[in-house]
Amino acid sequence: MLHMICCVKQVPDPEAPASQFKVDEAAKKVLPIPGVDPVADEYAVRGVEAALRIREAVGEAKITILTLGPEAARDAVKKALAMGADEGVQLTDKAFEDGDSFATARALAAAIKKLEPVDIVFCGRQAPDWDVGVTPSVIAELLGVPCVTRACDVKVSDGTLKVERVLMDGFETVEVRLPAVVTISNELGEPRYPQLREIMAAARKPVAVWSAADLGLDPSQVGAAGSVLSLDRLYVPVQEAQCEFIEGETMEEAAEKLATKLREAKLI
Amino acid sequence: MANESGVLVIAETADGAVAGITLEVLGAARRLADGLGQPVQAALLGQGVEPLAQALIAAGADKVYVVDAPILAEYQTDAFVPAAEKVCREANPSIVLLGQTDVGRDLGPRLAFRLGTAVAMDCLDLAISGGRLVMTRACYGGNANAQHTCKAMPQMATVRVKSQEPLAPDASRQGQVIKVAADIDPAAVRTKITDRRKVEAEGIRLEDAEVIVGGGRGVGSLEGFQTLTELADLMKGAVGSTRAACDAGFCSVATQIGLTGKVVSPALYIAVGISGASQHMAGLSGAKNIVAINKDPEANVFRYCRYGIVSDWKAVVPTFLSKVRQLKAG
Ligand SMILES: Cc1cc2nc3c(=O)[nH]c(=O)nc-3n(C[C@H](O)[C@H](O)[C@H](O)COP(=O)(O)OP(=O)(O)OC[C@H]3O[C@@H](n4cnc5c(N)ncnc54)[C@H](O)[C@@H]3O)c2cc1C
Repeated sequence: MLHMICCVKQVPDPEAPASQFKVDEAAKKVLPIPGVDPVADEYAVRGVEAALRIREAVGEAKITILTLGPEAARDAVKKALAMGADEGVQLTDKAFEDGDSFATARALAAAIKKLEPVDIVFCGRQAPDWDVGVTPSVIAELLGVPCVTRACDVKVSDGTLKVERVLMDGFETVEVRLPAVVTISNELGEPRYPQLREIMAAARKPVAVWSAADLGLDPSQVGAAGSVLSLDRLYVPVQEAQCEFIEGETMEEAAEKLATKLREAKLI
Repeated sequence: MANESGVLVIAETADGAVAGITLEVLGAARRLADGLGQPVQAALLGQGVEPLAQALIAAGADKVYVVDAPILAEYQTDAFVPAAEKVCREANPSIVLLGQTDVGRDLGPRLAFRLGTAVAMDCLDLAISGGRLVMTRACYGGNANAQHTCKAMPQMATVRVKSQEPLAPDASRQGQVIKVAADIDPAAVRTKITDRRKVEAEGIRLEDAEVIVGGGRGVGSLEGFQTLTELADLMKGAVGSTRAACDAGFCSVATQIGLTGKVVSPALYIAVGISGASQHMAGLSGAKNIVAINKDPEANVFRYCRYGIVSDWKAVVPTFLSKVRQLKAG
């Protein structure tokens, strides 16, 4: 039976108002915004959607959700389980914290190996916290399998995956033999919304919690200790523009004033 | 390996010429290399690309490593990773730079892994401090900047489009061209590209446009975007969009501007029905003047603006359009 793993990361809500965004420069950490809950990375959630569509197309498949994060990241796993995935694995260990993409990939790849046989690993194209997009490619390197990035459509037939990729100026169709890692872009379309009954059922689905030791990894290989990229500074850049609001008796008048101002500034 | 020296740029080509982003990255590489007293190297991978080596030298490279092979005719991860790795091993640079492009996004992480190092993606600024490369990149959708250094060699970064100045091309510059055999086993290429379709925007390319009319979810419909196209055409500009507008089907995904879309640098950007999410504004850091029309006075986009009008765009854009037409005629 086809086994798909979906890596889902819990992140601060990327659509929270920018004006409320703050960092603790000394700790080099982003401060949680009061009243705004973290969310599952929406690209990764589309990865779950892609897996569910494949399961619907092939009839039978197992979908495992994998996350690395603190205790609270359980919410992201539960969300994916409520969408229809079968079981979850959560990698939680102090040793995993503050890793670069490479150290994080090492932990995720070790967990994927423990879950083998695996046919497809789905990830989001880049998590909206660090906006990096490196982890999936490194997982593929560690597993020795190909990686197809930025997919907007995926289909499986006879052990071959057909992937539609989003490029800057178009699209590309790629075929690859399984197993493979695939990263999903938002053009895949809206993910399904779990119904109450499914949310209740998800509460009973198993979620294993594994530590570095469970994966046979030494703490020095993962997290901050296992990282070569160090974060030296984190700060909020200053935004200097001063907006002049153009008004008028009517909006038409404001529109004409704007055109005149832009003409005077030789911009049109 | 030890004694790493050089700033190596993975070059890209577009339509038979050196890609604009590669000229930008070479500009950055030259400045870093001069600071370090090291040479600039370039890796030129592809089929029939050797004649472009001279253009890389004119743009700042001292040494160009050319891997010219049919298997590299189109970008495919499994062929380009070993080719780039081979050049890096031969050149032994202290820094490797790529553009944050379709290729750089895909190749950067793989190459970093093969070379036993890490890569900082989508850097806005690169500088040398204490002999190390300090890489500044935006994160959290552009809400924060992070500065990184790398503990391993080579230090690697991908560079955001339009964040670096290219050098003025100098055809009299001298450099060395070194041919490297590809030696790629076709069986090692595990993916097969069966189709590639370009979505050509009509008229002026977004990346080159001096004026861009950007539309967001607030534009509300395909018809609304037609009005924006009319305005853009009048100003000899191009139409851009937000991801939300693309997702809603108002416009083609090729028009998306932002963190996961295009990076543009117009003299004038007119944002219509756009909230100004940091992920969208990330594609506009090079825009010189931003104007917004949004019905919400609190919209984040106004923080980036020179001029703003708080209104339903439908009450403003048609009059604006006629006024521009009148000004242009007069
Ligand atoms: C990892 C990640 C990457 C992303 N990458 C990108 C990217 O590359 N590019 C991008 O654009 N987005 C990107 N996004 C999405 C981004 O966060 C926003 O969701 C998106 O930019 C919002 O688009 P919008 O402004 O059109 O829509 P909204 O945020 O919904 O804003 C619509 C605006 O229109 C105004 N409005 C509504 N009706 C009218 C009217 N009649 N007249 C005038 N104003 C009106 C509203 O006041 C509102 O301000 C990314 C998100 C994530 C998490």
